[in-house]
Amino acid sequence: MPNESKSDELKQDELVKIDYKPPKKDWMDTPVHFRHGTYIYPAKAKNLTYLGLPNPREWSPADEDWKLPDNWKDIILNGMKERLDKYRSFKVFMDICVRCGACADKCHFFIGGGDPKNMPVLRAELIRSVYKGNFTAAGKILGRLNGARGLTKDVIKEWFYYFYQCTECRRCSVFCPYGIDTAEITMMGRELLTLLGCNVNWVIEPVANCYRTGNHLGIQPHALKDMFEMLLDDIQDRTGVKIEPTFNRKGAEILFVTPSADYFADPGIYTCMGYLMLFHELGLDYTWSTYASEGGNFGLFTSHEMIKRLNAKIYAEAKRLGVKWIIGGECGHMWRVMHQYMDTMNGPADFLEEPVSPITGTRFENAKSTKMVHITEFTADLIKNNKLKLDPGRNDKLRITFHDSCNPARAMGILEEPRYIIKNVCNNFFEMPENTIREQTFCCAGGAGLGTDEMMEIRMRGGMPRANAVKHVHDKHGVNRLTCMCAIDRATLSTLMEYWVPDVKVTGIHELVANALVMKGEKERVVDIRGEALKEKKGEDNVR
Amino acid sequence: MKLLVAFISVLVLVAIPYLGITYAGMSSVFGIIVPYAAVIIFILGFVYRIIKWARSPVPFRIPTTCGQEKSLPWIKQNKLDNPSSTTGVVGRMVLEVLFFRSLFRNTKTELRDGPSLAYASSGWLWLAAIAFHWSFLIILIRHFRLFSVPVPYFINVLENVDGFLQIGIPTLYITDVLLLAAVLYLFIRRIAIPQVRYISLVSDYFPLFLIFGIGLTGVLMRYFYRVNVIGVKELVMGLIALKPNVPADIGSLFFIHLFLISALFAYLPFSKLMHMGGVFFSPTRNLANNNRMVRHINPWNYPVHVHTYAEYEDDFRDKMKSVGLPVEKE
Amino acid sequence: MKLINILSEKKEIVLKKWFDKIAASYPVNAPSFLKNQKNQFANPVGYTIEETIEAVLDVLINEGTDKKAQEFLDRFVQVRAVQDFTPSRAVDFLFMLKQLMKDELKDELQEKGMYEEFLLMESRIDRMVLASFESYLKYREKIYELRVNEFKNMAFRLLERANLTFEFKDDDPAFEKDVSDSDNVK
Repeated sequence: MPNESKSDELKQDELVKIDYKPPKKDWMDTPVHFRHGTYIYPAKAKNLTYLGLPNPREWSPADEDWKLPDNWKDIILNGMKERLDKYRSFKVFMDICVRCGACADKCHFFIGGGDPKNMPVLRAELIRSVYKGNFTAAGKILGRLNGARGLTKDVIKEWFYYFYQCTECRRCSVFCPYGIDTAEITMMGRELLTLLGCNVNWVIEPVANCYRTGNHLGIQPHALKDMFEMLLDDIQDRTGVKIEPTFNRKGAEILFVTPSADYFADPGIYTCMGYLMLFHELGLDYTWSTYASEGGNFGLFTSHEMIKRLNAKIYAEAKRLGVKWIIGGECGHMWRVMHQYMDTMNGPADFLEEPVSPITGTRFENAKSTKMVHITEFTADLIKNNKLKLDPGRNDKLRITFHDSCNPARAMGILEEPRYIIKNVCNNFFEMPENTIREQTFCCAGGAGLGTDEMMEIRMRGGMPRANAVKHVHDKHGVNRLTCMCAIDRATLSTLMEYWVPDVKVTGIHELVANALVMKGEKERVVDIRGEALKEKKGEDNVR
Repeated sequence: MKLLVAFISVLVLVAIPYLGITYAGMSSVFGIIVPYAAVIIFILGFVYRIIKWARSPVPFRIPTTCGQEKSLPWIKQNKLDNPSSTTGVVGRMVLEVLFFRSLFRNTKTELRDGPSLAYASSGWLWLAAIAFHWSFLIILIRHFRLFSVPVPYFINVLENVDGFLQIGIPTLYITDVLLLAAVLYLFIRRIAIPQVRYISLVSDYFPLFLIFGIGLTGVLMRYFYRVNVIGVKELVMGLIALKPNVPADIGSLFFIHLFLISALFAYLPFSKLMHMGGVFFSPTRNLANNNRMVRHINPWNYPVHVHTYAEYEDDFRDKMKSVGLPVEKE
Repeated sequence: MKLINILSEKKEIVLKKWFDKIAASYPVNAPSFLKNQKNQFANPVGYTIEETIEAVLDVLINEGTDKKAQEFLDRFVQVRAVQDFTPSRAVDFLFMLKQLMKDELKDELQEKGMYEEFLLMESRIDRMVLASFESYLKYREKIYELRVNEFKNMAFRLLERANLTFEFKDDDPAFEKDVSDSDNVK
């Protein structure tokens, strides 16, 4: 993209005469330019050191010298070979792309910005070219004509730039005739970069925190309990119901795990209050854990090994506490890990029992091996069996749409459960256009470790397709709430909406449940769970 | 440039047998040695590639789900786009392999105002891909009449269906037209749509030219410059019976056709055309989304460093006790 | 014939060329995508470009209000502000229109009185450029505001959760006292 600003371009007469066509260069000849706002700050040395990861150092992507180890080339090539031998996905995806271009315009970063290297096919080609140049005969002989290239430091920089401009959302994989999954490619790319110590702090610091304290924010156990006290005070304040959850309690039937952002960050806390209220109302025999206090797993954005290292806590804690099964809260990438990796990596969970809802008696057959149930599966079952007293009218000032979070949609297929709950707890629900929801949902552009403030420009750009669909239902139906079931979404979509559709606020599903839930012994509800008036004041019109 | 290299390569491939037959009389080289060599390379190469893929394990079960999962009994599962059983996976693969299900997804979008060529291309891409692959398959099967005595019944049926338009003498096969048209479309699309042109490599153009060459020589032989079919069949049957001999007067056009086919066979295992085998190996498509029902085994799962609860409690014991959190060791 | 009539006649061609010029400010193969993907949700940028330039031309031809044009310009600049453009390039798309008119209406502009009309229209476009520039700055500031907000929210929550902050409550006795004091002053 042309962003060099030669002073003569600004001469008045020439301003209108500039030829905008960028030079027709091959993509291999356009090295990346690290402009502020388009890259994430590098991992701090102390975090890498704590985790025992290679090459901790002070550096910046904008530097000329990245202080790579002397044998960096061998490290990468050996790392590639190892992964080609270990992952059929990687090897097959390197080999079978026919460059048909079906994926080209499916990436939200390409749609929002037009950078060709954000086309999934080219993002994969960044690494495929090195594969061809070093691991295939045709590539070695034909070289560039066959899309092969050697490994240079510029390639490493390019990988860093573009593999941290992919949110591993898997939208492209839906459209690929061979199911080539760019998330898989990006994961490999990031693993390789990790071997050189080229990580980003927004990912590595949560990983280090999570490893030590059990959660991304590094909240220590006593502080965590304090935070809950505040949430419980707020609940009592707004509903009149006093709740006393337990922590690290042995012998509970169920362990509940949710991303830490739910009890710490706005607006996740309201969703968290929803869990607390729901479980209290049911009289569920469950416990929280301070050790396994993080459902999220930024290991997913680092390496497979790191996923396993962080995820190990969940089963370990379930075993230590002697629970029967596990419920997981609303989170996206957490569920990718719980659903597709946990059992394989840290199972078998033979010390747990097949999940059965103690309230309805429903056996969750689809979780019989992993023994972990998604909260929307659990709640949908409750509603279907009439176990909850709900007053959807309490959500009447909200006009709601639902954003399918990438991982629950494309790594699980959990599409109807959330919709069923939403339709039962509120009266105004509007779907966004068909090609922007369900398996075709657009990413928030802040997933996979990109949700940091220094990436704001990229995030707003990549989030535009999502925001654009929200704006459409906002203009058409007066939608003022965007519901989602992902902690990263709740944080990043809030900012995204503030930029593109400021009238729309972001909410979790169980926040809506909390509002609608009629509890035993509650006082007359005049405020919602956020403490805002339940009904619009007269004359005030939130709905356009 | 990339296009030119691919084009010239195919021209060279055309020239080699032409010159060899016309001026050097090397009919046994092009009629016997080359086809045998090509078939051997094809089989060995194909097997080698498949084994190479198969040797890399599938450590994790990572299907891309494109529909509702199997969960509660009253929620309708999308069994084809999000299969949870082997039957479902087979169904999904059948749709994918025979009907290009994923590619078809591209076509489902509403239009803003009127269709335009390049936009519609996503729909056309699916159509052209279908036309191309199916025609190719049918033409391939039709060629079995050269491989067998007597000609099996189903081949006659297929030929009748393929030629149902009853145009011309000899009867025009629809697949011949479709194949050439589809290849032509795929080629034009590749150069006309900038996104696609930008990512195209020699190895993308080359097979298109090669297959077009094969189709063209085939069509020329059938409709315009008749070759000695009896001779051709004799040659082919000889090859199959491992008693090769080359009848005289077959015509150089046939040898060009045969040589190009040989080139395609020999080239296939080392190219992106391996997608025909690879699609069956794609872990995002060929696995059931039954992750939480059946444990998937990773053969190289290895122990990793973890931060144990005991270590955690050692770090925070006093703080935990101060707020009444239960601890293991006092 | 008046300039607006001529412009109105040539509207389609001007729109087409203008779109192409704007699309060409995007990297290598993006222009064709912007132009050809007609689905509003699959191609929000292309859609916004089209919407904006149509609105601007419409305002010029039908002598609509600056405010209406501004609404669309604002939306488009909001997009340009998060794309990889220098400030000048982010807002220069209106200059493209001026140049286009000079090129496309070369002969007509020679006619009597036409040049004066053009100058009037030009200064109108100039006002739009200025408005776009204000929008651009507004959104760039917004980006930084969002950055700061994300950071502040996090830090504030931490302090709050750690019980380190003191917050005035609505029913705080001290608060009531202040109110009554101020009443007394009246």
